[in-house]
Amino acid sequence: MTARAPRARLSPALAIAAGIGLAFLVLPLVALAIRAPWGTLPQLLASEPVLQALGLSLLTAVVSTGLCLVFGVPLAVLLSHSAAWALVPRRLLRAAITVPLVLPPVVGGIALLLLLGRRGLIGQFFAEAGLGIPYTTGAVVLAQTFVAMPFLVFAVEGALGAADRRTEDAAATLGASRWQVFRLVTVPLVAPGVAAGAVLCFTRALGEFGATITFAGSLPGVTRTLPIASYLALQTDPEAAIALALLLLVVSIAVLLALRDRWLPGVRA
Amino acid sequence: MSAALTFDATVVRGAFTVSAAFEAMPGRPLALVGPNGAGKSTMVAAIAGLLPLESGLIRVGDLIVSAGEAAVPPELRRVGVVFQDFLLFPHLTVRDNIAFAARVRGAGRAIARAEAQPWLERFELDHLASRHPAQLSGGQAQRVALARALASDPEVLVLDEPLASLDVEIRDEVRADLARHLRDFGRPTVLVTHDAADVAAIADDVVVVQEGRVTQRGTLDALAAHPATPYVARLFGS
Repeated sequence: MTARAPRARLSPALAIAAGIGLAFLVLPLVALAIRAPWGTLPQLLASEPVLQALGLSLLTAVVSTGLCLVFGVPLAVLLSHSAAWALVPRRLLRAAITVPLVLPPVVGGIALLLLLGRRGLIGQFFAEAGLGIPYTTGAVVLAQTFVAMPFLVFAVEGALGAADRRTEDAAATLGASRWQVFRLVTVPLVAPGVAAGAVLCFTRALGEFGATITFAGSLPGVTRTLPIASYLALQTDPEAAIALALLLLVVSIAVLLALRDRWLPGVRA
Repeated sequence: MSAALTFDATVVRGAFTVSAAFEAMPGRPLALVGPNGAGKSTMVAAIAGLLPLESGLIRVGDLIVSAGEAAVPPELRRVGVVFQDFLLFPHLTVRDNIAFAARVRGAGRAIARAEAQPWLERFELDHLASRHPAQLSGGQAQRVALARALASDPEVLVLDEPLASLDVEIRDEVRADLARHLRDFGRPTVLVTHDAADVAAIADDVVVVQEGRVTQRGTLDALAAHPATPYVARLFGS
């Protein structure tokens, strides 16, 4: 006799609420796709301001993802080591990394101005030396790094936690030196997490708006990234705004697809 | 003629102290038995060089591998370990797991893989060679772990409860295979277990550890005939 698991029945009220929720998530994107000016899309996307914004967005998102990797991976290692610390410093560290994640980006932009602006805590010294940070492409990168870093840190920390450190001991008993353990065991075990974190970080940086416009402004070709260009275009040239939004949507979906493959480790044989 | 493993040391892990002395002879697998928390895994870590000694020494033949806090690092001691949960490399195939020792010894990828071939055949893993550890059964993973350790050509082999994580139904068969492979190995072998059936099938000598001390040593028959503690009597008594 084979027992069949009873199929879970969804109550009608629950199904309706879930349907509304799903429609709310999907319909705006459908509207975007339907109302997109498909006929003039090639010209719109090939226009000088769009290409400029796209180029700037890709450049700054790549650089800030790089910065997040360089500083975020060590931070993730520190965070995973903090498990052995006393309660208070451990919680403080975690909170410090979590705050930019939940902070409204505009607040992040104001905070960056107060630190690095012309009269900021540190920025005043840069200003005296003739190095103004705000309203430069560098400021865009800093704003994106500020909001995106936590995504990378937590993704890598998760990967570090999931990798059994005793596997490294096993490698040592098989004759692997420390460097070989790191190269042949630790890095491959953590790499999928780092890749997933970098992709998340990149999308977050690419979509960054609030902190960027606050700290870096909206100078065409210098700080006007795709999201800012799209927002501004909405008031003057709605079709261009839709085209820009569509472009951002396509990039996000491409990233999502890449992420899905990355998040199934061990299956690629 | 290979050399014996001599353990005469005190090891401290946290608040727990193990003090023991025993000798594992080549070709006479030694069972380290004792209840959970007796200090067996601590001794395994010390033999593998993963844990420093508090005092005393560990020798392989005339070669001292641990003396007090000084120790030959694990990667240079040639002590092979089969860990309780096997600790296979999840990102490598079965073949590359077994080829790992050859890789880190400096063999190229192709040569290391070729050297793994006889081990794959000997452990009936040939048809699983391109699988990843997540796709293996418990018994298969255990065979990979043993083949991987033996492929590193160890002077001493330590097995930490290698059957404990397996389903009861397959344990007898896996145990018989393990006994056969360990006979072939012929060098000092330490088997950590708390199962009398493992001792009977595999070990020639038995050392009983309870609460960080050796409470009895001898052959299985001697222990069964004259158990020194209630634990030994329960374990081997008829």
